[in-house]
Amino acid sequence: MTHIETDVLIVGAGGAGMYAAIGAARAGAKRVLLVDKSLVGRGGATIMAQMTVAAALGEEAPDDWPLHLADTLAAGRGLCDENLAAVLCREAPVRIREMDGWRVGWARRDGHIAQVTAPGHSRPRCCYVDFLNTGPAVAATLRRRVSRIDAIRRVSNLIVTDIVTTGGEAVGAVALDQAEGEPVTIATNAVVIAAGGLSRLFRRNSASANMGGDGYALALAAGADLVDMEFVQFFPIGHLAPRLVGMDPIMWDPFRYKLGGRLLDGNGREFLADYGSDESTGYTTPRDIATYAIQKEVAAGRGSPHGGVYLSFTHVPRGDLDAAFGPVIERLARNGIDLGRMPVEVAPIAHYQMGGIAVDETMATRVPGLYAAGEAVGGANGANRLSGNAIPEALVFGERAGRFAAAHAKARRDGWDAKRAAPAVDAIRRLRDGQRGNASAAALLEELREVMWREVGPFRTAAGLVGAANRLASMRRALADLTVEPGRAFNPTLADWFELRAGLIAAEAVTQAALARQESRGAHQREDFPDTDPAWTCRQRVALRPDGGLALKAVR
Amino acid sequence: MTLATAHLRIRRGSGDEPPRYDEFAVPFEDGATVLDALIWIRAQRDASLAIRYSCINANVCKECTIAIDGSVAYACTTRLRADRVVTLEPLPGKPVLRDLVADTRPPRERLE
Repeated sequence: MTHIETDVLIVGAGGAGMYAAIGAARAGAKRVLLVDKSLVGRGGATIMAQMTVAAALGEEAPDDWPLHLADTLAAGRGLCDENLAAVLCREAPVRIREMDGWRVGWARRDGHIAQVTAPGHSRPRCCYVDFLNTGPAVAATLRRRVSRIDAIRRVSNLIVTDIVTTGGEAVGAVALDQAEGEPVTIATNAVVIAAGGLSRLFRRNSASANMGGDGYALALAAGADLVDMEFVQFFPIGHLAPRLVGMDPIMWDPFRYKLGGRLLDGNGREFLADYGSDESTGYTTPRDIATYAIQKEVAAGRGSPHGGVYLSFTHVPRGDLDAAFGPVIERLARNGIDLGRMPVEVAPIAHYQMGGIAVDETMATRVPGLYAAGEAVGGANGANRLSGNAIPEALVFGERAGRFAAAHAKARRDGWDAKRAAPAVDAIRRLRDGQRGNASAAALLEELREVMWREVGPFRTAAGLVGAANRLASMRRALADLTVEPGRAFNPTLADWFELRAGLIAAEAVTQAALARQESRGAHQREDFPDTDPAWTCRQRVALRPDGGLALKAVR
Repeated sequence: MTLATAHLRIRRGSGDEPPRYDEFAVPFEDGATVLDALIWIRAQRDASLAIRYSCINANVCKECTIAIDGSVAYACTTRLRADRVVTLEPLPGKPVLRDLVADTRPPRERLE
């Protein structure tokens, strides 16, 4: 069995994980192990980012990070962890300029970095890489940096299934090497979980395949807390119809930034003003309000044919469309979409998890040696994330997690204990020999996404949430009876089983937190409790009980 | 309205086994892609079918590169067709791990 010794293990190699690796190596870690269940720097959310990256650079108009912080706190509907949000806003410009020095290629206007005003921002603050190329450019730049640092060892197609602890400290991990179907043990002095969010747990999602909540399950099982799990951001204008291939379904947002655009109900009528949002000055409606408005219009029978609303740019002169989106207009034409002549249909889509692993400003969890970074972290964005804060969060929290994890690793001795890893190693060995059952994990994952979308999605009720919680619990009990095909090399049923085990725990955390919060706030909308209740201006923490159940605690 | 069906012939087996082909009938919808069909097969017909993909829709990860009727293409952007059988094989020129998964990991990202 392969055994690896390292100083800092980083789980997940998207933007946060890659920056954590760079941060750890710069802080003096001699051995950094960066692993991903997909390919390093290819999976995750960062590479999917279309456009906006918020940072108070002051290039377009005077700005300063406390102004960015004020907007972030307002968007968070009273629930942001102000310390984490302050770190995010203060250090975003540092990371964005560092990326600029690494030639990421931020779009420029008249010689300065171009910044646009995104909804919820008090001034033009969001930089980007044209055209719709922010994520690929950021990912490629970080991949290049990471590959030049000798201290960083990269491993792709490695699925971390368990964090190993002794005496309450993180000392290693057990992983499945997908290519060989073999367990791997990793001894380390610090672990950074940078495994992203859980959007993939909802049927309509803008996620990549590997955003199924593993990071949250790993953290809970290791003894860390989660926070704010009920707050899942449903991006309001995810593409719905006609079928579009080769483009991320959240691609319409940049068009809204640059060209405005009109949201219309099925009868061609503008409706955002009915929900208190005035768009006469441009694209200003926050995501939680737009999602609510669209859901309400559809529920009232005023939706578009496929169950969304229309987004129209037919009033925009063709020359302006071409100038703003050049090659993208061509790609749309290949999908039969001519924005000058027709609207498209859009609808909410699971996009981002505000909640996540509870950490302090050094990105440390309450488990010594265990850190978190990027979307996996909870708290900075409260009940609703401000547009453009996700990429800075990946970069800022990633760099910090790597840096502080490296410092922790340097100060402690090897605590590896192979006996503590044995149960997780045995689980992999047992499963890869196959087990006969009455359903596949792949089929249950589909059902999980359907249940979460229907009952734990943009609109929630007590009855629906209770039903979902019961179904999730029975699916968790069924794990022992699922079919796993025997086979080692790249056995997908083995990977599915671990994905389902993790996804179910993450889904339960969301569902139970949503059931407990008897109010509506930001991204959490309860039909049976439609108002925001000041008494609920508190965060909920989730922990794993020894019996495998989840414990919820409100923290004021 | 008759429900259209697409027929896929898919190369199966891990690297050291002699290759064989399985045929699957998949419900056809206008605009659907080859990747949609593969994901449907995994959930509804045969969970043991090994495929590689990450970003699903955005065509940014490039992980779903395979051979479609002998030509290298992305499963996520190639439209499904119902007019004849389409043959799917792993990316040529790389060792096959299983089914449609070739070893596309960069050499320095492997466990050795």
